[in-house]
Amino acid sequence: MKVHTIALSLAAALAATAAFAQADVIKARQEAMKATGGQTAIVGKMLKGEEKFELAKAQAALTQYVAVGEKGPSLFPAGSQNGDTAALPPVWTNKADFDAKFAKFAADSKAAQAKIKDEASFKATMPDLLKNCGGCHETYRAKKS
Amino acid sequence: MRRLFVALVVLALIGAGVAWFLSAPKPAFDAAQTQTLEQGGDAARGKLVFAAGGCASCHMTPGQEDRENLGGGLKLASPFGAFVAPNISSDKDDGVGAWRVIDLANAMISGVSPQGEHYYPAFPYTSYHLAKIEDVRDLMAFLRTTPAVPGKAAAHEIPFPFNQRRALGLWKLMFFDTARFAPDASKSETWNRGRYLVEGLGHCAECHSGRNALGGIDPARRFAGAPDLEGKGVVPNITPHESGLGKWSAGDIAELLKSGFTPDYDSVGGTMAAVVRNTSQLSAEDRAAMAEYLKSLPPRPAPPRPAKTGG
Repeated sequence: MKVHTIALSLAAALAATAAFAQADVIKARQEAMKATGGQTAIVGKMLKGEEKFELAKAQAALTQYVAVGEKGPSLFPAGSQNGDTAALPPVWTNKADFDAKFAKFAADSKAAQAKIKDEASFKATMPDLLKNCGGCHETYRAKKS
Repeated sequence: MRRLFVALVVLALIGAGVAWFLSAPKPAFDAAQTQTLEQGGDAARGKLVFAAGGCASCHMTPGQEDRENLGGGLKLASPFGAFVAPNISSDKDDGVGAWRVIDLANAMISGVSPQGEHYYPAFPYTSYHLAKIEDVRDLMAFLRTTPAVPGKAAAHEIPFPFNQRRALGLWKLMFFDTARFAPDASKSETWNRGRYLVEGLGHCAECHSGRNALGGIDPARRFAGAPDLEGKGVVPNITPHESGLGKWSAGDIAELLKSGFTPDYDSVGGTMAAVVRNTSQLSAEDRAAMAEYLKSLPPRPAPPRPAKTGG
C-alpha cells in the first residue's frame, strides 16, 4: 500500500516535471524568437533608413541569428508540440528538413558576418538573409493574428 | 388521391425545371467575341497580373520552387472536402495550352469552364470577376509562355451532394456578385487601383473573411479575419479595427507586402508567406495602393479567437 502510494506520487511528480519542462521549452523558444525579432527590428529600421546604419548593431543581430540557428533544433524536442504553441505538427513529422532550415539560417548568417563590412554590403546582403524567416514560418508556424 | 399525386409530381417537376433553369452556367462572353478578345496580349504585363492574382500559390506543382511550373496538384482543405488545384501550364492536353482568351475570361469572370460547367469557388472567381479584360488577355499571353507540364492534376475529393456542379449555379445566385469593376470617381486613382488589387486580383477577402454555413462570405465579417480553413491558426483581421490593422500605418502594410515583416518584425507565416512572394513582385506603387485601400475599409471587430497561440 505504502509502496503503491510512493510509486503514485513519484509518477505524479514525474508527469508534473515533464509538463513543466515542456512549458519551459516552449517559453524558451518563444523568448529566442522574440529576441530574434527584436534584433530584426533594428536591422529593418536601418534597412529602411529610419535609423542610422551602425556596423556594430548589424553584427550584434547576426550574432543572435547564428545563435538561434544553432540552438534552434534543440528548442523543439519531441513532445513539445503539446501546449500553448504555434509550432505546427510538421516540425516533428519533417524534423530533418526543419533542422536543416535552422542549419541553413546559421550558415547564411555566418557568411553574412564575413560579408557585411559597411552600409552597402549590409543593404546588399540582409534582405536575402531575412528570407530565411518567412521560408521557415510558412511551413512550420501557425497563422497568428 | 390520384389527382393529388399527379399534382405533386407536376409541382416537383416544375420545381426541378426552375432549379435547372436558374442553375445554368452563364458565361459573360459568347463565342461571337472569340476573335475580338484574342487580339493583343502582353506576356510581360501578364506576368505581373499572374503575381497580383497569386496564381502560383495554388497552381505551381507542389514540392518544387519554380513558380512557372504550373502542373497543379495542391490540395486545399475545406468544410466541403478537398479541392485539388488543376494544371494551368501551357500543356495543350492537360493544362490551358489550348485555351483562348475567351476561355480564361469566362473562367475568371464567370466561373464557367470551357466545357460550360461551373467551377467551384475554391477558384476565387468571386474576386477575379473584377479583372479587367486587358489583364485577362495579358495573363493568357503569359500563361502561354510557361513550360508545358504534362499530367492532369487529381480529381477533387468532394463528396455528394457537393460534387453536383450544377448546384453551384444556385450558390452563385446567392453569393456571387457578377458586377464588373467600376472605378469610384469620388476616390483617388491610387485608392481605385488598390481596390482593384485587393478586391479583385489579390482576392484577399477569400481567406480574410468569415463565411456562412454554405461557404459564402458574410458581408459583416468581410476582411475581419476568420479561422484558418486549412488547419491550425487564425487568419488575421485586416480592417483598420483595433483587433486588426488599426495601429498599422499604410507604410507598415506596404512593407509587409514587400518583405513579409510586421511592424514588430515578426515574419508572417503560413500561406501569407506565399502571398508575399507574389506581392513582393509588384511595384512599390501597387503595394502602396493596396495599403491605402485597406486603411480605408470600415473597421470591423475580429471574431473571438478559438484558442490562444504563441511562439
